Amino acid sequence: MKQTINFILNGEPVSVEVEPHLTLLQVLRDKLELTGTKEGCGMGECGACTVLLNGKTVNSCIFPALEADGKSVMTIEGLTDGQGHLHPIQKAFIEYGAIQCGFCTPGMVLSAKALLDENTKPTEEEIRHGIAGNLCRCTGYLQIIEAIKAVSGQ
Amino acid sequence: MQDFINIGKRIPKMDAEEKVTGKAVYIPDLKVPGMLYGKILYSPHAHARILRIDTSEAERLPGVRAVLTGYNTPPIKFGFYKDNPPLKANKVRSFRDEVAALAAIDPDIAEEAINLIRVEYEILPAIFDPEEAMKEGAPLIHEEHLGGKEKKPTNVLNLPWRLIAGDVDEARKNSAYVAEDRFKVTWVAHCCLGTSGCVAQFDMKSNLTMYSNTQIPSLAQKDYLDALSAMGLQGKKVRVIKAMIGGGFGSKLDTYAYEYIAILLAHKTRKPVKIIFTREEEFFATSPRQPAIIDIAQGCTKDGKMTFRDIRMTLDNGAYTSWGATTPSVMMMPISSLYKVPNVRYVAKCVYTNNTYSQAMRGYGNPQATFAIDSQIDILAEMAGIDPLDFRLRNANTPGEVTPQNFKINTCGLRECIDVVAQRLDWRQNRGRRDGRGFGMASMIHVGGGARVYKSDGCGTIIKIDDFGTVNVITGATDMGQGAETVIAQIVAEEMGVRVEDVVVTHTDTDICPWDVGAHASRTTFVAGNSARGAAKKVKEQLLEVAAKSLGESPENLDIRDRIVFSKNDPEKKSPLGKILRATHYAAGGKMVMAEYFYDPPNENLDKEFKGNLSVTYAYGTHGVEVEVDKETGQVKILKYIAAHDVGRAINPMLLEGQVYGGATMGIGYALTERLILQNGKVMNPNFLDYKMLTAKDVPNIETIEIETDDPSGPFGAKGIGEPGLVPTAPAIANAIYDAVGVRIKELPITPEKVLAALKEKTNLK
Repeated sequence: MKQTINFILNGEPVSVEVEPHLTLLQVLRDKLELTGTKEGCGMGECGACTVLLNGKTVNSCIFPALEADGKSVMTIEGLTDGQGHLHPIQKAFIEYGAIQCGFCTPGMVLSAKALLDENTKPTEEEIRHGIAGNLCRCTGYLQIIEAIKAVSGQ
Repeated sequence: MQDFINIGKRIPKMDAEEKVTGKAVYIPDLKVPGMLYGKILYSPHAHARILRIDTSEAERLPGVRAVLTGYNTPPIKFGFYKDNPPLKANKVRSFRDEVAALAAIDPDIAEEAINLIRVEYEILPAIFDPEEAMKEGAPLIHEEHLGGKEKKPTNVLNLPWRLIAGDVDEARKNSAYVAEDRFKVTWVAHCCLGTSGCVAQFDMKSNLTMYSNTQIPSLAQKDYLDALSAMGLQGKKVRVIKAMIGGGFGSKLDTYAYEYIAILLAHKTRKPVKIIFTREEEFFATSPRQPAIIDIAQGCTKDGKMTFRDIRMTLDNGAYTSWGATTPSVMMMPISSLYKVPNVRYVAKCVYTNNTYSQAMRGYGNPQATFAIDSQIDILAEMAGIDPLDFRLRNANTPGEVTPQNFKINTCGLRECIDVVAQRLDWRQNRGRRDGRGFGMASMIHVGGGARVYKSDGCGTIIKIDDFGTVNVITGATDMGQGAETVIAQIVAEEMGVRVEDVVVTHTDTDICPWDVGAHASRTTFVAGNSARGAAKKVKEQLLEVAAKSLGESPENLDIRDRIVFSKNDPEKKSPLGKILRATHYAAGGKMVMAEYFYDPPNENLDKEFKGNLSVTYAYGTHGVEVEVDKETGQVKILKYIAAHDVGRAINPMLLEGQVYGGATMGIGYALTERLILQNGKVMNPNFLDYKMLTAKDVPNIETIEIETDDPSGPFGAKGIGEPGLVPTAPAIANAIYDAVGVRIKELPITPEKVLAALKEKTNLK
C-alpha cells in the first residue's frame, strides 16, 4: 500500500515511498533522517515541527506526507547554504541569546523566516503574532523577538 | 571594578550553532543499531486492585520482543521514599501507574501491542483531597505504610517538617496587627518542549549504558546501580551519557519509572531499548509542581516591624514519593528568612492521595511559600496603614544578618532591588488609585551559593591542555540549555588568560566527567564555576612552571594572553602556548599539563531542627508589576514588568537575562494561566491547547535589573540565578491586582473567573 511521493526538499528533488498514514514529520525524521525538525506534541499545538511548505509554515506533525507530493519543503537543514554559512536569522538567534535548550529553535527560526519573507519590516506585534504558534519554555520569547527585530534591521 | 576580558561579556552559547541548525542530538533523535521501542500501559483507574493481567495476545503479535508486568520483574523500588516500583503489582494507586510494558521492533507495533494487553481490576475507593486523606478511616494509599507515634497505617508521610524559632505565640499576643489567611496553589507542569525519554543498552558483560537527559548524572548513576542490584546484577557498571536536554526546570532531578522499564526491557531482550514519551504522557506521567494548602499568619508592631510568621501547610504528595517531597525544607528558606522576622513557626505535612505524584520544579517550593508570604505582607501593611513599599523596606534583610534558620546573610542587595523597582514603577506617584490599573511588588530569597541538600554539594573539574593550546575542561556540571558550558568556559578563560573559543567543555558522560551533585538549587554557575576556576588556577600554575624553564624566566613573572605565554618584564621572552605544550609532551621525562579540582562550598546540612547555613550566600530579588484589570471580563493585562535581582556578578549578562526572562514568564503563567486540571485524579488537560503556557503574544516586555554585590565566595563574585526569576512573580501580580481593583485572590492561577467572582462578592458586600 506504499505510495511514492516526489517533492523538492531543501532545493533538491526527492522521491520517497511512504505508507499513506505517515505524517510529513515522520517521513522527514525517520525515512530521510533529517532530525533537525522536532516533535514537541504530535498534535499541531507547539510548533516545534514547523517546516516551510511552498514557503508557508506547516506543522509537519499533523501534515499528511502524501500532501507534500509536488510541493517544495524546507527544513532547518535547508536554511544554511551549501558552504555551511548560517542564515542571518540563525546568526541573530545566536547573537541575541534567543536559544536555550534549543528544542523549539528549528521551528521558531523557520516561522521567523516565513514571517520575514512576507513582511520585511514587521512591527513587534506582527513578530509576536508570527511566532505565536511556536511555544518556548526557556526564553520567555523576548530575546527571540529581539533577534527577529535585528534581522529586519530594527 | 576589575577589568575583565571574558567576565561580564554577552558571549553567545557555545552550543548555539548546533541548535540553530538542527544538528544538536536530543534523545528522540538518537538511534542505536538494533534498537527496540518500548511502550507503557497505564492504569485506567485512580485506585484499584489488579486481579488479572493477560499479556498473551500482545506477546504473540509479530515484532514484539518482550512484555513485562509487575509480576515477572525483579523488585526494584525507586524514589525518595522507595515506595515506587517501576511496574505495579497487586494494586494501582493513580492514573499514571505503570501496569505493563513491552518492547517491539517499531513504535507502531509497540502501540498496537500495548492495546492487546488485558487487565482486570477491582476498583477501590479513592481519595483526592489531602485534608480528607489525613482523616481517620480514609482509604489507605499504601496499606503497609505506618506513621505517627503509634505506628499506625496512615496516609501522612513520616516527614515531620517543623521549624521553630523564637516564641510565635508570645509574639502574636504582643503584635499590634495580625493577618491570617489561607492560600492555595495547584499543580503546574514543567512543559519541557522535548518530551522525556531514554535509551538503555547492556553490553555483553551486563554493564549498562543509559542515554539520558538527566539533570543529575551522578545521582542517576547511583539509582540505576541500585536497580541493577535489585535485578541480580551486583557489581555491574553504569555509564550515563547525556544527550542534548530539551528543557529541565527540575523535572529531571529524579529518576522515573520509564527509565527502569527501559532498563528491564533492555536486559530482557539483550537489545537497546528506547522509550520516548508522547506529549500526553509528558503531561500525565511526569511529575508536576506540588499543590499546597497554606494557612499563614503574620504580625507586626504598630510601626510595621514584623513580629512573627506562623505557617501550617498541607502538601498533596500524590501516590508516590519523589525528591519533591522535600520541598518543605526549601519552603523554610523564605518562611524563615524573607524579610526580618524574629519568631517563626512552620509545620508541614505531605499526604498520600490518589493523585499524580509531584516533583521538583524551578524554585522547589519557594514560589508556593513566597506567594503566601508576600501576598500577605501587603494585607498586613494595609492593616497597619503603611505603604507596602515602606513596609518591605522597614523589614528588608541586610548584610551580616543571621536569620531565625541560622542563615548567615553575606552580601544582600534586597534593599537596592526594592528601591529600584519602586523607582521604575514611579511607585509613590502611581500606587493606590484603585482605578483598574494597579501596582504591586514582591521579593524573594533563594540559595545563591549552592545548597547542602545531600551530604556533598560538590562538583569536580578536570582541565587538560592539548598539543595545540586547546583547553579541555571536563566538568561534572550539567548544561540543560541554561548555558553552563559557556559560563564555565568564560570563567576558565578569564582565570587562565586564554580565549573563550580555545576552551572546549565536556559534560556529557559519567565515564569521563567528575562527580557532581546535579543541576539543582541554582548552583551550577556558583559551584561548578568555583570548581572550574580552582582547576584553571592549578593548571595555569603548572603551565607557567613549564614555560618558565623553556623561557628562562621565573613563573611569577609570566602570564598568558592571546595564546602566547609572555614575560611581564621582558617582552622578548615569549612563546606560543601550543609550542610550550608540545615541548613538554615530547621531552624525555615530559609531563602532562593537567589539573583537577573539587569544590564543595562551606554549606551546612540543616540540623535536626532544620537550622543551619544551607548556602554560603543567598540571592535576593524584587519584582514589580503594573497591571490593568478589566472589571467586565476579569482579564488581567500586564503593562509593565520589572525584575531586579542581586546576582552577585553577571558572568554573562545575556544568558543571565535569559534566565530571568524565562523564569518570570514561567512565573506569570503560574500566576495567571497555568493549571494542570485533575478531576478525580485524572489529568483533564494533557495538551498545549488546554494547558495554557504563555505564547509570544502573551508575554509582557520584562525589564531586568542586575544588582552586582560582588559576593566574596562566588566565582568572580557571582551568585545563582536559575530559579529566582519565577519566585516572586505570582505575589507581585496578585498585589498589583489588589491595587487595581481591591480584590485579593488567594488561589492560583488568578483566572478571569476568580477575579470576576471576587469583584462580584465585593460589590455584594457593599
